[in-house]
Amino acid sequence: MQLNSNVPDGPLTEKWDSHRFSSKLVNPANRRKYKIIIVGTGLAGASAAATLAEQGYNVEAFCIQDSPRRAHSIAAQGGINAAKNYQNDGDSIMRLFYDTIKGGDFRSREANVYRLAQVSNNIIDQCVAQGVPFAREYGGTLANRSFGGAQVSRTFYARGQTGQQLLLGAYSALSRQIKSGKVTMQTRKEMMELVLVDGKARGIITRDIITGELEKHAADAVILATGGYGNAYFLSTNAMASNVTAAWRAHKKGAGFANPCFVQIHPTCIPVHGDYQSKLTLMSESLRNDGRVWVPKKPGDTRSPASIPEDERDYYLENKYPSFGNLVPRDVASRNAKEQCDAGKGVGDTHLAVYLDFAEAIRRDGKETILKKYGNLFQMYEKITDSNPLHEPMMIFPAVHYTMGGLWVDYNLMTNIPGLFAIGECNFSDHGANRLGASALMQGLADGYFIVGTSIGNYLGRNAIEKLSVENDEFDSAEKQVQKRLQKLLLASQNGAKGKTTVDEIHKELGLLLWDNCGMARNKGDLEKALIRLPAIQEKFWNNVYIPGSGQELNQSLERAGRLADFLEFAEIMIRDALMREESCGCHLREESQTEENEAKRDDEKYSYVSVWEHKGEGEVPELHKENLKFENVVPSQRSYK
Amino acid sequence: MSDKQKNIDLNLEIWRQKDSRAQGDFSTYTLQNISTDMSFLEMLDVLNEKLTMEGGEPVAFDHDCREGICGMCGAVVDGIAHGPEPETTLCQLHMRHFKSGDTIVIEPFRSRAFPVQKDLIVDRGALDRVIQAGGYVSINTGGTPDANATAIPSATAELAMDAAACIGCGACVASCPNGSAMLFTGAKISQLSLLPQGKAERKERALSMVTAMDKEGFGNCTNERECEAVCPKGISIGNIARMNREFVKASFF
Repeated sequence: MQLNSNVPDGPLTEKWDSHRFSSKLVNPANRRKYKIIIVGTGLAGASAAATLAEQGYNVEAFCIQDSPRRAHSIAAQGGINAAKNYQNDGDSIMRLFYDTIKGGDFRSREANVYRLAQVSNNIIDQCVAQGVPFAREYGGTLANRSFGGAQVSRTFYARGQTGQQLLLGAYSALSRQIKSGKVTMQTRKEMMELVLVDGKARGIITRDIITGELEKHAADAVILATGGYGNAYFLSTNAMASNVTAAWRAHKKGAGFANPCFVQIHPTCIPVHGDYQSKLTLMSESLRNDGRVWVPKKPGDTRSPASIPEDERDYYLENKYPSFGNLVPRDVASRNAKEQCDAGKGVGDTHLAVYLDFAEAIRRDGKETILKKYGNLFQMYEKITDSNPLHEPMMIFPAVHYTMGGLWVDYNLMTNIPGLFAIGECNFSDHGANRLGASALMQGLADGYFIVGTSIGNYLGRNAIEKLSVENDEFDSAEKQVQKRLQKLLLASQNGAKGKTTVDEIHKELGLLLWDNCGMARNKGDLEKALIRLPAIQEKFWNNVYIPGSGQELNQSLERAGRLADFLEFAEIMIRDALMREESCGCHLREESQTEENEAKRDDEKYSYVSVWEHKGEGEVPELHKENLKFENVVPSQRSYK
Repeated sequence: MSDKQKNIDLNLEIWRQKDSRAQGDFSTYTLQNISTDMSFLEMLDVLNEKLTMEGGEPVAFDHDCREGICGMCGAVVDGIAHGPEPETTLCQLHMRHFKSGDTIVIEPFRSRAFPVQKDLIVDRGALDRVIQAGGYVSINTGGTPDANATAIPSATAELAMDAAACIGCGACVASCPNGSAMLFTGAKISQLSLLPQGKAERKERALSMVTAMDKEGFGNCTNERECEAVCPKGISIGNIARMNREFVKASFF
């Protein structure tokens, strides 16, 4: 596997400009001769589809939902970062770059992260021009708030629904292009296979979710914008249908998968309450601007929060990290919550929760102000838990939220398969070992609006792409593979449900295996154990799962089974990756590698690289490749938020 | 809390329909020991697991984020779109609002413009086509002015945000006796006409979105206010009034 990051030469601050200049272009009249497939219509996919269509390319966009507006980007609550420095508090592109690369614990590429910070400001301009109703000050200028891992206020927001408003902005731009005929929108179509012709990505096979029909689609380039793989854990804050399938299909066709063990566990989620639970709900990190995190000082204290006096409370984040306080990065906040619960100080029925308390903020700023900022979050919390955060502290616990790992891409966001691009959460590119709050929206839109267009032009300009239709051997054999796979999935169900188990039961089993052994804290013994136990779960799935109905109809059990089959395979490289990386960094805490204060201890000598896994065939051990990270502009330091 | 309040038994009457061409009907199911902390959709998950293991066919229903924001879920519960709790999507409705022994009737969002595809799943593509008719500001990526170049009073931005909060679930259409999509369309027209960025195209937008709405088979508004009553995001019918003003101004001035 060849891994060339294709980072342009020259000073950091000039790389993107010089790269844009040296990239090939396709002249406007010729763009209409090309067709681009985009899979996924979240922030990255919708913004890319709209932008490429505006430039004149023909775009065919696919989503599994009934409308492109439903992608899970919509659930992002808190905000989007940009280096506007509207607050005059010392922000700059360099500072956003530095915070992001430090927040990622020095496991991302300098050049990519710097470019992200550079285009961040254009994103805000773009969204405002689309009519995104960001929060504003009374004078009419844009308002900002702070997020974890930053000491400036650079986060733009639209109440607690920033993701929704940004996605609807991208969706409106996409809708305009659908109307113009430049984008063909295919809803309720699931990508089942990637098609390569002469080693280049030239199309996909999809399944129509309503009819079960398989379809072949050819194009000159394929862009995956299919999100993250957090649902490998079954319980996560991801939408129910979020999955790894498209990325995994690409991986099995040769695309490297980078840093699969880097999974962000978000500190502020509503705790688990029962085994019937289908998903976990995030409470935005923005709450940590005003909420104070605490547990009782005494282990096993079961008094109600109101009856625990001030001096018997441990505001452990404020005490331990005086300069960042409650706004430490997510990985640090999550690990500390786990530490408190492990020490017996967890609260609530399950003792797997800590308090997030707004009492002081309400006293200081008044109920009105707090409700204006967080009203919808408080409402959501109350609906789920039947408890009002105005009167008693929230209970929160960490949950799987975002995956920093993803398909390996070069500076052009192209995978190692020519013509296959990966954007948004689907790639590994910008967040290293930990993503800072309000950076996912920034990256998704940076990739879609401002980066991938240059890459597509450069790719098409440099490569002679032969015209082809779907009537050829590669498309036929890919379609047959998909058919065979669907038949195999249904094989165990032939003799009825008796003695069988459901898709969700097996998914929960996989989720628990990963959460217990490859979750917030990892060690060699547990990871090795998980690797040994995984094949038994895979076997159980293939021999014992019962899927009612057929493949020729709307069959939600079959859809879930197909996605779970891929999660079951994918889990192996996740565990192997965590096992291989015998250092702690960002989200990845190896218990063997901690500082004296129990903070993550990196090993830059040995692990300052991106791990990239290559699929070697069914049943074969995947091969590890390394892209060494070079730091020419920042000095990797031990992260300290004290 | 006692066990009795924590767990309830339920009778369910659910609309079953094989596909868009088939004739549908209600089927009856019973569930025991449902935790009141469950969400409505988790209750349906439990039913589906049970149906699957009994060799039956699970109930098809749309859902995705389960956080009340994607707009994918929705069904009519006991005659009310998204069920009995105000400003709550079906996924955020919890079983603590039901009593043991209750019979719950669950149907798809019915409307001429929303054909049933299977069980509780309907085709809401008509809403996308209404947006495609003009629910946007016609600007390309790049070349936009600095975000702070135009000051927008906070109160105006908040009003626009109130309208923009629409999740496109279609409950308004399902609950309207006329099958009207005016709350949905009015919310988008309002958002964009309130903001300076949307003003340039306000005429064409109002005309073409209203035309698209009619073409898709949505009905008209007769001030029943059922849409506002069921809207999970509390979108006000003031937005319909704003849409009507925009439409009238665009038509005559």
